[in-house]
Amino acid sequence: MSALLPSNDFRVARHSIPHDSGPKHVQGTATYIDDILEPAGTLHVAPGYAKSAAKGRITSINLEAVRAYPGIVAVLTARDIPAVNDCSPSIGGDPVFADGEVLFHGQVVFAVVAETRDAARRAARLAVIEVDATTPAVDVEAAIARNTTVLPDYEFIKGEPATAIQSAPARLDGSLRIGGQEHFYLEGQAALAIPGEDGDLLIHTSTQHPTEVQHIVAKVLGLPDTAIVAECRRMGGGFGGKESQATQWAVIAAIAARVTGRPAKLRLDRDDDMMMTGKRHDFRVDWSVGHDGAGHIEAVDVTFLSRCGYSADLSLGVNDRTMFHADNAYDYPNARIYSRRLLTDTVSNTAFRGFGGPQGMVFTERMMDALAITLGIDPLDLRKRNFYHSQGGTTPYGLHVSDNIIHELVDDLETSSDYRARRAAITAFNASSRILKKGIALTPIKFGISFTLPHLNQAGALVHVYSDGSIMVNHGGTEMGQGLYLKVAQVVAEEFGVTLDRVKITATTTAKVPNTAPTAASAGSDLNGMAARNAVAKIRDRMAEVAAPILGVAPVDVLFRDGAAWGGNQSIPFDELAKKCYLARVHLSDTGYYATPGITWDRPNKTGRPFLYFAYGAACSEVLIDTFTGELKVTQVDILHDVGHSLNPAIDIGQIEGGFVQGMGWLTTEELVFDDQGRLRTHAPSTYKIPTASDVPAAFTTRLFESGGNRSETIYRSKAVGEPPVMLAISVFSAITDAIASLKPGHVPLLDAPATPEAIMRAVKAMKAI
Amino acid sequence: MTMRSSLRYLHRGEIRDVSHFGPMTTLLDHLRLERGLKGTKEGCNEGDCGACTVVLGRLVDGHVSYRPVNACIQLLGQIDGEELITIEDLAASDGTLHPVQSAMVDLHGSQCGYCTPGIVMSLFALYQADGPVGRSEVTDQLAGNLCRCTGYRPIVDAALSACAARTENKPGDHVASKSAETAVKLASLRDGADLFVGSQTSFFAAPASIESLATLYHQHPDAILVAGATDVGLWITKQLRQLPKIIHLGRVVGLAEVHETADGLTIGAAATFSDVEAHMTAIDPDLGEVWRRIGSKQVRASGTVGGNIANGSPIGDSPPALIALDATLTLQKGDDTRKMPLEAYFIAYGKQDRKPGEFVRSIHVPRLKPHQVFRAYKISKRFDQDISAVMSAFRLTLEGDFIREARIAFGGMAATPKRAHGAEKALVGASLADEASWAAALAAIRADFTPLSDMRASATYRSDTAAALLEKALIEIAGTSTHATRVTGHRPVSEAAE
Repeated sequence: MSALLPSNDFRVARHSIPHDSGPKHVQGTATYIDDILEPAGTLHVAPGYAKSAAKGRITSINLEAVRAYPGIVAVLTARDIPAVNDCSPSIGGDPVFADGEVLFHGQVVFAVVAETRDAARRAARLAVIEVDATTPAVDVEAAIARNTTVLPDYEFIKGEPATAIQSAPARLDGSLRIGGQEHFYLEGQAALAIPGEDGDLLIHTSTQHPTEVQHIVAKVLGLPDTAIVAECRRMGGGFGGKESQATQWAVIAAIAARVTGRPAKLRLDRDDDMMMTGKRHDFRVDWSVGHDGAGHIEAVDVTFLSRCGYSADLSLGVNDRTMFHADNAYDYPNARIYSRRLLTDTVSNTAFRGFGGPQGMVFTERMMDALAITLGIDPLDLRKRNFYHSQGGTTPYGLHVSDNIIHELVDDLETSSDYRARRAAITAFNASSRILKKGIALTPIKFGISFTLPHLNQAGALVHVYSDGSIMVNHGGTEMGQGLYLKVAQVVAEEFGVTLDRVKITATTTAKVPNTAPTAASAGSDLNGMAARNAVAKIRDRMAEVAAPILGVAPVDVLFRDGAAWGGNQSIPFDELAKKCYLARVHLSDTGYYATPGITWDRPNKTGRPFLYFAYGAACSEVLIDTFTGELKVTQVDILHDVGHSLNPAIDIGQIEGGFVQGMGWLTTEELVFDDQGRLRTHAPSTYKIPTASDVPAAFTTRLFESGGNRSETIYRSKAVGEPPVMLAISVFSAITDAIASLKPGHVPLLDAPATPEAIMRAVKAMKAI
Repeated sequence: MTMRSSLRYLHRGEIRDVSHFGPMTTLLDHLRLERGLKGTKEGCNEGDCGACTVVLGRLVDGHVSYRPVNACIQLLGQIDGEELITIEDLAASDGTLHPVQSAMVDLHGSQCGYCTPGIVMSLFALYQADGPVGRSEVTDQLAGNLCRCTGYRPIVDAALSACAARTENKPGDHVASKSAETAVKLASLRDGADLFVGSQTSFFAAPASIESLATLYHQHPDAILVAGATDVGLWITKQLRQLPKIIHLGRVVGLAEVHETADGLTIGAAATFSDVEAHMTAIDPDLGEVWRRIGSKQVRASGTVGGNIANGSPIGDSPPALIALDATLTLQKGDDTRKMPLEAYFIAYGKQDRKPGEFVRSIHVPRLKPHQVFRAYKISKRFDQDISAVMSAFRLTLEGDFIREARIAFGGMAATPKRAHGAEKALVGASLADEASWAAALAAIRADFTPLSDMRASATYRSDTAAALLEKALIEIAGTSTHATRVTGHRPVSEAAE
């Protein structure tokens, strides 16, 4: 094989290169689904639902007025489904169209296919759907009372938690509610299905999982997978909301195209999108901790009660990941981690950046805060006392933590953020301030990287070198803004020793790389970067064989760099070599494949390795609260985060900052309100408030931790970065807790998430009433 | 008066003439569906996310003045006589990016890119404006542009960087370099004609004079009056209501005028929130801060004070502040006008004292007199571009430490903007120097309102907060600096000791 690059001499990878689509983004020329030039005759599809009910048997569906509306071409219901009425990712139970009963408010019962979008949407409102309505179980409490679950309970046990809690010198209990979160990708769900010959369909779909769209459309239509091509150039944001739940819209567009024989586009209106698609799971968490009286944890017993909605969707993996992160960075000598996956008559909750992990960690950090407040210990000291040892430890699911860097990382941030001096200043401020109170918190994260469903840890890539030396790369990962396409292109350019402009980035399509995993679990560049590298290596080795005799060296000594193949001082420009290879009948295209090594998780037996490695980080946040109104201002944030050897520091910093702010929104202003009829009342940005620019403090620093690279053999020793930063925002929630705790030292604030002004006031009021 | 039956606007240096369009056609649909310009994005279709931001230019004192608007809830007819600039228009013809665009690329201001066209347009409008640009100018400019990917830091940096490099002739900005030419073209569009596109049963009309407006509305009392369309736009895009007759107020000469009078300010019904922001700040910094937090730049550039009153929303932010200031409303029907105290206009939920064919003509806002002090607080889940859970305004007339008179008005606490009469009475005679003397008023204010619970706040929180805000106002007026009482929206330091 050809010579490997010296690891310290990267020309393209590890550099801060702006997003490849940046110039197109700023000129409005980047194409999203709704921007694709529509083929002549394209129809528009709008979904319809039963306005009156969340749960009950459908007694009649009257669509006469819908059909009579001008411009209506077809109205689709469950009866129009050619084969299988299910668009669930794997477990089942997600009908494309409600059949016989309504399972949540906003569930799609029918779809209107019309000449214009306006006609489709107006007609959809004319349906009369009667439902024999029953009282919906809307929240966790109602589901517990009714005792309905979407999946069996699951449990991790480490040591002897029951006896350890009983015999511990001291014990503390608590309960916490954690709200859900709407993804609010700026580009709503959208798909355009274009019929071809033999009943084939090309589907442009805004999805993190084109393969799943392909397979499920084929299943619903009763066609082989080969009949369907799913393609996605880019999404206007995904965040997990387009992992499994982009599929239904592609399926409906596909049925419309199939039934009418014309191209059909479905783009959800924002309100429909927010009502009809799942969100981050909301939880109640009940916990007990036994400790030694000085804050050393001896045993933890925690029960996670999550609202999954009406179906399983991805709730198995999401709730498992909550359990996998109930320890965060802390060693519990004994633990019982219990999870109930509750069935409610609400939209099916789904993947959201962090995939359940954030909820697990919010619990962990609340427990740490509660212990510290109760014992009168600085929360940072208490946290450090319970970290996994630097030489490792064993998680509640039996994994040995072998790459722990949390001690040095937190020490670094503690110093750079000036935590101790600011803590003292805040204590002094709070002592003399009547209305305003400050709080500060420095919280760690340790996040497991790999899909916990082992078979998803695989990826493919397809690389072509054309005879002019230009290079086209395709892989199974999707681009949702995170810079995956750029990172993979950097890998390809690096491996071929060429500049980035020679590498053409192309849309993800199931026709080029089959059977791919969703772009999720932060694993996009780990998986696809490696797959692309493997593809390049095969082509490069063949090119080296051609170059070697010309350069007078052995193939193994041919070096690809600076746009040429080198042997000693001799070189051949890359494009010339490509041409020579073509003339010499050497194959210039190949696939690459990668399967993450060592992933052996056996869920039924709770043994094996679910993660290749952990990503670490910490954040220090300071807040100011108004104890009269509950208003909150985050005043300073300092982040230190571990990305191994970054593939692209600018892109990674963007992921860290963006993830942090998204997590901050989840824990502060973003509140999902369902009424007792199960209707979502916050289904638009007018009522559901994600952060704006002024919510982000001016004092906001982000540093990448100099960790010496990933200890596992990842692509150029980088680490995954998509999800972990969301959890850095728990520092904000803890800082708010700290500020409220200043009102009555020793008492734990009853603060639930999100910490809206009202939630803060509830906790303040309770403190004042003590 | 002459009549014109086609819409005219300036785009890319050319005057476009549109003679057939439905009255409810939005500017966004016009761009994307009719003209195939797909750079401007739809994110929410209700004016809250800013992905559809475009910039409109109009002549102000002979110069072209630019403002960002949400194309999704801007009606096409509203842009008559203006210059339209979209994301496709910023780069030079040779492909050179506008300074705002290149700063966004170089400083990593885009990730998924879907909000980016709107953000670039908002920043372009900021770049065009005169005056220094600091962080707060940038975040205020972006209050109506949601980004879900970046966390805003690189966008703010890009804005500061581009604006810091800006000089008077704005190098690299081909829009600015053509502004003299544009001014001439815009002047040529000022024909003073009444615009009427459509038929007697379905039309978009934009009368040019108050007389024409009065006559047309008298003939069509079933027409919908639209000023900024920041509310009516949603009737169209979200409620899918059919509004066959629309009368736009934006071209009525004289209706947007703002007059300084001996005791205050008279605001024409079509004056936008932006038009009067500086006037409001001059009355009191808190009033300016209330204004700054109404909607976003895009909303304030279109939305009007008259509309905020006329539509009678119980959660409009300007009515409580204006009621506390004892504002007067003038209504007109045909040639007849009548005046009333603003609070009297709001009769019940969805019901206002406005007769068929009658329109809001102006609002008169008295300035504060010596010995009068003012405070206002807006409470919402998010500071910028949110609808109030509780909106409050206080005007106290003092005699030394004693309160001689109080006017207190709230929004979000009842079906209409409403005064706290019980608390007002209880405050008379109370002393700023004696907190014990406030107790009766703090109790009374809870009895003044029976608020509802909704997705913004519970009834309990609203009642508690009403009392807390009254107490906060008294603490501040008694002399505590707002730096000790507020997390944001501080009053200028020089006033802290007032």
